[in-house]
Amino acid sequence: MAYQFDWGLVVSGEYGVMLADGLVTTLKISALSIALSLTLGTIVCVMRLTKVKALEWLSASFTEFFRNTPLLVQIFFWYFGSAAVLPVSWNKWLYAQDFEFAAGVISLTVYTAAFIAEDLRSGIYAIPKTQLEASRACGLSFLQAMGYVILPQAFRIIIPPLISQFLNLIKNSSLVMTIGVMDLTYMARQIESQTFHGFEAFTAATLIYLSISLLVSGAIQIYNVRVLRLGR
Amino acid sequence: MHWDVVWNNMSYLLLGAYPKGPLGGLALSIVMALVGIFGAFWLGLLVGVFRLSKKAWLRVPALIYIEIIRGTPLLMVIFWFYFLAPVVLGKSLPGEQAAMIALIVFTSAYIAEIVRAGVLSLPKGQMEAARGSGLSHTQAMIYVILPQALFNMIPSFVNQFVSLTKDTSLGFIIGVTELTKAATQINNRTMNAPSEIFIAIAAMYFLICYVLTAFSRRLEGKINRYQARGR
Repeated sequence: MAYQFDWGLVVSGEYGVMLADGLVTTLKISALSIALSLTLGTIVCVMRLTKVKALEWLSASFTEFFRNTPLLVQIFFWYFGSAAVLPVSWNKWLYAQDFEFAAGVISLTVYTAAFIAEDLRSGIYAIPKTQLEASRACGLSFLQAMGYVILPQAFRIIIPPLISQFLNLIKNSSLVMTIGVMDLTYMARQIESQTFHGFEAFTAATLIYLSISLLVSGAIQIYNVRVLRLGR
Repeated sequence: MHWDVVWNNMSYLLLGAYPKGPLGGLALSIVMALVGIFGAFWLGLLVGVFRLSKKAWLRVPALIYIEIIRGTPLLMVIFWFYFLAPVVLGKSLPGEQAAMIALIVFTSAYIAEIVRAGVLSLPKGQMEAARGSGLSHTQAMIYVILPQALFNMIPSFVNQFVSLTKDTSLGFIIGVTELTKAATQINNRTMNAPSEIFIAIAAMYFLICYVLTAFSRRLEGKINRYQARGR
């Protein structure tokens, strides 16, 4: 039995719409998780540098734990087990929303925040210590010095690794299909099981992911050359 | 809390149905990670060296391979091998094999980039001196450049191995009974202790990955101390 290709299937009609919907969901969950993980990652990183032992320890264990466990396990944990760890009122609120989506956002956020915190920390170490000392001596508090002096410089340095972290997040977001978020991968899988035209469906999904990745890494390349003036 | 659910099913989590049935659980995850890193190392080394080649017919395919794989989610790669094997091969692959092949193919692209970075970070004089003493380009690569570059790259390889260990959990999606699948089976059967089960398996993954990460950090310090890098 030879395999009959039908490329029209995935570019138009019902299944084309499914893929487009999936892409929108992927972009939505990624954008939300990127914004949240950047915030959480910055907080965790600043906690690590406060010189308060308890906060430092908390931040270090946060990054180590979430970096060293699989994202899939974390997704299942938040999806199936969040009732045991989050306060009741939070859970009620989450259940009132789209809970699959929310669990996906939480796990992607927490997982990526751990990586961002580490990247940001190495960015901060790349800035001369005297910057912090000087701003403290000018009378800024620790948080003010961080917010106005250190972080703006550190973020500038870590833009390329940060963006590749975001890229990883977009690719990792394919895992949320396991808890039933209807993202791009979920839709491709769905088309495969409804029509047995897996080849076309997976090719289309792969090409979409690939073009997102190539666009973003092209942008990093341009940033490296134009702004950081790293030679080519 | 129902930690007894975890304790009662510990042997299933660790070994799967073994010895009465096929190997599963954490043991299968470790086997998959070991096979994966072994295969990915050799494939990645080959692709990485091709990527550095001066011959366009070797360099361009390697470049395309690396860019495509690194731009695609691992889950997609797994689907490619699992659902499309019947189309291409005419027969379906068992989940374990499809997952392992996908892990090897996926990780090898990242290893190839590590190899490339490692070779490029060696001083240029190494290659020039090796060629100058009469070795061919291939000989110089094998006897002079790669041994030094690979040594420098050990910490990155260990980090990649950590990622791979975490990635074995994706075998779940095509029904491989590794640790994550075993945990969801137990969860579906018992229903009353999801957070305990997933915390327990997270702790198992963490233990392996953290030990490896700590090891790679120590190694990095040691290597940095007496190995000259950079130009």
